[in-house]
Amino acid sequence: MSGIASIHLVENALLVSIQDDVNDTEILELQDTLSSRIAEDNVRGVVIDISALEIVDTFVGRVIAQLAGISKLLDAETFVVGMRPAVAMTLVELGMYLPEAQTALNLSHALSLLRSE
Amino acid sequence: MPSRCYGVNSAVLTERSTLLARYPLLANHDVVRARQAVARELKERGLSTIRITRFSTAVSEIARNVIVHGGGGEISLHLDMEEGYLITVARDQGQGIADIDQAMVDGYTTAGGLGRGLGGAKRLSDRFEIETGAGQGTVISMSVKL
Repeated sequence: MSGIASIHLVENALLVSIQDDVNDTEILELQDTLSSRIAEDNVRGVVIDISALEIVDTFVGRVIAQLAGISKLLDAETFVVGMRPAVAMTLVELGMYLPEAQTALNLSHALSLLRSE
Repeated sequence: MPSRCYGVNSAVLTERSTLLARYPLLANHDVVRARQAVARELKERGLSTIRITRFSTAVSEIARNVIVHGGGGEISLHLDMEEGYLITVARDQGQGIADIDQAMVDGYTTAGGLGRGLGGAKRLSDRFEIETGAGQGTVISMSVKL
């Protein structure tokens, strides 16, 4: 998978950063892989770093929202970190609010939120 | 069934515009390549980040539609220096859209998606035209003011 960096287990969370050239197939594979790893590694949270993403369209937005829903069912929180302001503005215009996902401005913020739970 | 057209006639736009590039839309990674190429062109012309993001997102939506709904096609990039627009024209030879009014409504979907793609792309571009009909393929032209 070229568009996905490797998944890291840090403290009680899985960290993954998505690269800008990620395609639809790769992001669906990521959804599968992360869903399995949440259960296997018994983590409290998943942190998805999207700071490299120049855009998030309805497809990628939907996959992230679904992943957050899956995590919740598996008793883990999903944090989306590093969203660019222009991406946030565009997502709102598309009517995508990612209600299941928590957002944090950066990785350390997400980890401290996970620690405090 | 005759073609339906929203907005101005794209034939007029393409006649006085110059072709910058053409990209095939056949596989997933072609969507990424096309929208990154559009973003590059807009960045070179000094557009703001938010405007580049909005338009590239619209291009991504429409390019994916060509592959998922249209069975593949292509997207071409044009420059209209007279009026100062970058124009993208996405074409496919697919089934076409029988009811455009319905397809433009947020939430309407035939492929199990969110149904926000078409309406969203229209909102995110400065000009949006669609020519389609049942069995006629689809041509979508979107423009962003430079």
